[in-house]
Amino acid sequence: MNGWQTLFYKEVLRFWKVGFQTVAAPVITAILYMMIFGHVLEDSEKVYGQVNYTAFLLPGLVMMSVLQNAFANSSSSLIQSKIMGNLVFLLLTPLSHRAWFVAYVGSSIVRGLAVGSGVMLVTWWYAQPSLVAPLWILVFAILGAALLGALGLIAGLWAEKFDQMAAFQNFIIMPMTFLSGVFYSIHSLPPFWQRVSHLNPFFYMIDGFRHGFFGVSDVSPWLSLGIVAVALAGVSALALHLLRTGYKIRH
Amino acid sequence: MPAVSFQNVSKTYRSSRGELQALRGVSFDIEPGEFFGLLGPNGAGKTTLISILAGLARPSAGQVRVLGHDVQTDYQAARRQLGVVPQELVFDPFFNVREALRFQSGYFGIHQNEAWIDELLEGLGLADKAGANMRQLSGGMKRRVLVAQALVHKPPVIVLDEPTAGVDVELRQTLWQFISQLNRQGSTVLLTTHYLEEAEALCGRIAMLQLGQVVALEKTSDLLRQASSNVLRFKTDQPLPRELASMARVTGRVVQLPAHNALEVERWLAQAREAGVVAEDVEIRKADLEDVFLEVMEKASRAGAAA
Repeated sequence: MNGWQTLFYKEVLRFWKVGFQTVAAPVITAILYMMIFGHVLEDSEKVYGQVNYTAFLLPGLVMMSVLQNAFANSSSSLIQSKIMGNLVFLLLTPLSHRAWFVAYVGSSIVRGLAVGSGVMLVTWWYAQPSLVAPLWILVFAILGAALLGALGLIAGLWAEKFDQMAAFQNFIIMPMTFLSGVFYSIHSLPPFWQRVSHLNPFFYMIDGFRHGFFGVSDVSPWLSLGIVAVALAGVSALALHLLRTGYKIRH
Repeated sequence: MPAVSFQNVSKTYRSSRGELQALRGVSFDIEPGEFFGLLGPNGAGKTTLISILAGLARPSAGQVRVLGHDVQTDYQAARRQLGVVPQELVFDPFFNVREALRFQSGYFGIHQNEAWIDELLEGLGLADKAGANMRQLSGGMKRRVLVAQALVHKPPVIVLDEPTAGVDVELRQTLWQFISQLNRQGSTVLLTTHYLEEAEALCGRIAMLQLGQVVALEKTSDLLRQASSNVLRFKTDQPLPRELASMARVTGRVVQLPAHNALEVERWLAQAREAGVVAEDVEIRKADLEDVFLEVMEKASRAGAAA
């Protein structure tokens, strides 16, 4: 094992040791969404003219869980270590900025996929969506988790207090996920809000992910893939730069 | 090649409240195998200097090398040579002692480190705590784990930043026994401490910092020799006359006055008597590092005020 593998393993073990909070809790939350929205909106119009609402909702909930938990993993680990002071154990090691990046983003992907799979498993009997293109599902889940893991890394470096972290999460991450089409197809929106939704990179992650289930989506999965890849490259470049310069961690 | 080399190191912290110059052109070398003490009052820049050495802070100017490796441009090699015990009592609450030591080894790319980890646990009196979660340990035990974590990769240069601040006698003894043994086996040790008797007992050479500058850099024995050779010590309940009070070190009832020779001893006692001071338990002792420290600090501030 190299240094980065140790850090990756430690980061995975960190969330696994508190699995009730980091894996089981978000799965329960997703089931509640599924039960409530599924029940209330069961009889609404079919989406894309063929998919019933509960089946449509499932991939959205799965992806939302993947994204939120990937973000929570890197961001909470970093801010806790900063506030507890134990980040110093890492700062004293020869680990490079790339090693930090791979370990933190990698463990975020693992947590995102663990929660996502959990949500999928327990909601499956509720509504069995089709699985038209599983490869798209996997690609968007991994890229989305990586993007949010890298964003969480940036937020974790930037925030100095839990309050600032909560602001980042509640004022940026939450609205962007909720308004990205988790609960609805953006084609049901008025034209103005459709255009606004197209500016939200989260929309492409969820739309592309959903394409893997139904084979239909609001935009082409290739367009979504391109936009998600560009966003991931940009956010990763920023995260690597901040790590290399020791932003707020090396004075 | 020096074990540690500081060359013209300066550090300025900028904040909204203005600039703080923590270090002003600090230069000195520590040779391999030395037990080196870095002393100075709070705010002198000791921790800043160590942070720059460890890569936790960057110098505003100057260079720091560990066994020839620059801590900025060649940081990976420099950090492999360095074991740093941080001043703050920090720990990772998710893991037990052995896990913490295994992870720390892993970060340095070392696996199958169990034999050395066992030796560290044994040497630092942690053997029966290996399976305990970090949260359950007392402050002293956490401090021992910090020392063990700094040593997992067998660094040739060991840095201890006030390791005995607020710890009990037993731990101090265990710690110094262990560190001295490593020093005898060839490790270089850099120590900052507020306990001057510790520095006097352990360190072969000492640098004193004040306001970010080196104000003394000598062998401990030479420093002690230079100082006013004796100290007159007595206890009293009365206030001292002004001329004695200005040079005395007073701790509760205990008064200590530097005295270079027998004539001075007589003179100070006479002045005390004339002022109506009743001296009890009168002794004359050799000056120790604390006296030297106070003398150097006072001289440096006078020089600073004159400049």
